Parts: sequence; structure tokens; C-alpha cells
Amino acid sequence: MDFRADQIERYSRHILLQDIGVEGQEKISNGKVLVIGAGGLGAPVLLYLAAAGVGRLGVIDGDVVDVSNLQRQVIHFTPDVGKPKVLSAKEKIEQINPDVEVVAYHEFFTADNAFDLISGYDFIVDGTDNFPVKFLINDACVLGGKPFSHGGILRFEGQTLTHLPGTACYRCAFHSPPPPNAVPTCSQAGVLGAIAGMLGTIQAAEALKFLTGTGDLLTNRLLSFQAKSMHFRTVTIRKNPHCPVCGEHPVITGLHEAEQAACELKKR
Amino acid sequence: MSKIRVNGEEQEITLPLSLGELIKQNDVSQPNMVSIQVNGAFVFREKYDETSVNEGDEVDFLYFMGGGC
Repeated sequence: MDFRADQIERYSRHILLQDIGVEGQEKISNGKVLVIGAGGLGAPVLLYLAAAGVGRLGVIDGDVVDVSNLQRQVIHFTPDVGKPKVLSAKEKIEQINPDVEVVAYHEFFTADNAFDLISGYDFIVDGTDNFPVKFLINDACVLGGKPFSHGGILRFEGQTLTHLPGTACYRCAFHSPPPPNAVPTCSQAGVLGAIAGMLGTIQAAEALKFLTGTGDLLTNRLLSFQAKSMHFRTVTIRKNPHCPVCGEHPVITGLHEAEQAACELKKR
Repeated sequence: MSKIRVNGEEQEITLPLSLGELIKQNDVSQPNMVSIQVNGAFVFREKYDETSVNEGDEVDFLYFMGGGC
């Protein structure tokens, strides 16, 4: 790939980095990342990956922008209320960086479309707000051999883990979704807006590290933080031999429809 | 008193103690919702009460976090 002069200038701060350089920026510009959910986590992920010049950014979300989203979903602006989130996101991405090809899917990520959706991408980012879809993303990526970043936030806390084929997956640590309503969601318990930015930018950095082959990913490690004390902790997660999807005797060999919708969806 | 580490921090406990009892001592709000590793190996949720804690164990409580929206 030959960069134009304006692209060399645009990406100069990446190109200056010894670990990235022109070669790394080429990898970013040829990279394809799917962001599932254009909400609190998806917003910062999309903004940074757009600015970085990721070649193709897929964004999937079946929701429209609600005024209560604006406290943290920084890719959506006040005039976007009522607009599909994927369109609002696409407009911002194209303004930030016309080099990026945006593919907007105005639908939800389901067992039926999962494999088709992830197949066109190098790296998947989980920016969803409910357990059934988080587990579905895990299963689709593990079974489909795709790397992905798991992310979860609540109140003042966040956690994230990166999976590459062969490393520990989300189910290695958390096995199966908690019963509906056993664990509150952000819409029930609240979340400090900036927490979404803190965690989402970690996920964006992981995606860029993956595309460029830079550094050590958060594989076999769960990073969690508590922003009230600003205490960060990384726990080693080993691949679990009893894991239902990637263990020695897997019981999950296909995808099943998520049985529990996010509470925001239930209201409709 | 015996020493163990819980989420990276030292705790003094009196043995014998089960994981189930350790959960109670740590005021975990939803004991059935915590995922636990002892010395790097996950313990089945159903086995918390019958799993003993031993001197020097490294115990990690991992919590579900489902938000993102």
C-alpha cells in the first residue's frame, strides 16, 4: 500500500512509533474490525479505530439513539436522538476519517447472523450490554476461530480480556450467563460515563495491537479496575479444561439464540 | 491464624475454612454469582462449600460485569 502525502501526515504519530512505523500503519489500514454494539464501549472503540485509519470498520446495533445514551456514548450527539445508532456512528466516523470504509448493520447480533458477520473481519470487539450476547460473541469467536476483545462495565468498574484462538475464553472464567436479573445492568444500576471511555479505549488499543502485532495482548489475563480507588488488577486466567466451549470435552458445538434480552430491549 | 491471598491482598483466616465460608467472610453480595479461582484453577460453583482453603492459597473472586451500553 502506498500512502498519500496527506495520509503520511495524518498517521505520522503512529508512523513515528518504533513498534508501528509505516508497516504497522499499513496493517491498520488493511485491517478489518467488527464492533458489536455502538453504545458506551462501542463509541470510544469506533472513534479511536476510525482515527487510527482501520481499513474497514463494521458496526452492528439494532437500537436508536436515546437521550439517556448521551451521558457516555460519545459518538452520538444531541441531534442524533431517534436515529439508528449505526447511522449516527457511521456519520461521525466518516467525518473523522474518510479513509475508513464503514459497514453499518442496523440489526442485533444473533445466533443466526453471527458466523456470517464475524467471517469478514480480523478482530471482533464486544461492546454489548447483556450477558446472553456476550456469551454468544464468545462462542461464535471461539468456534469460528476469531480473535476478540471482551469488555464489561458496571457502576465504577470495568473488566476486559482478549481472546486469540487457543487462549482462555470468556467461558473459561465465567462458564455460563447468570440468571436473568441476577446481575444488574448499567441501565438498572448505573455507570459513570467515563468508565465506558476507560474500558473502550483499552479495547481499541488491544485491536490496534492485534492488527500490528505489537506487544502482549490481554490473553490469558483478565484486567479489571475499580475507578473509585483507581485500582487496576490483572488476574491470570488459564484455559479451563472444563470450559463448555473450548475445554477438553466441549458441550457447546453450535450457536444458540440468546434467551435473555437486555432490559432496554424488553421495554419495547 | 493462617495467611492466604484474596484478590492479591493478604488475609488472615482460621482453618479449617471452606470456600463458601470465605465468600461469606468477604461479604460477597451475590455468592452464587462469583467465579472463583484457587491457585489459578477454577472451582465449580456447586463445589464451593466442600472445597477447603489451605495456608498460602491464592484466591481470586471474579465478578460478572455485563454492561457496555
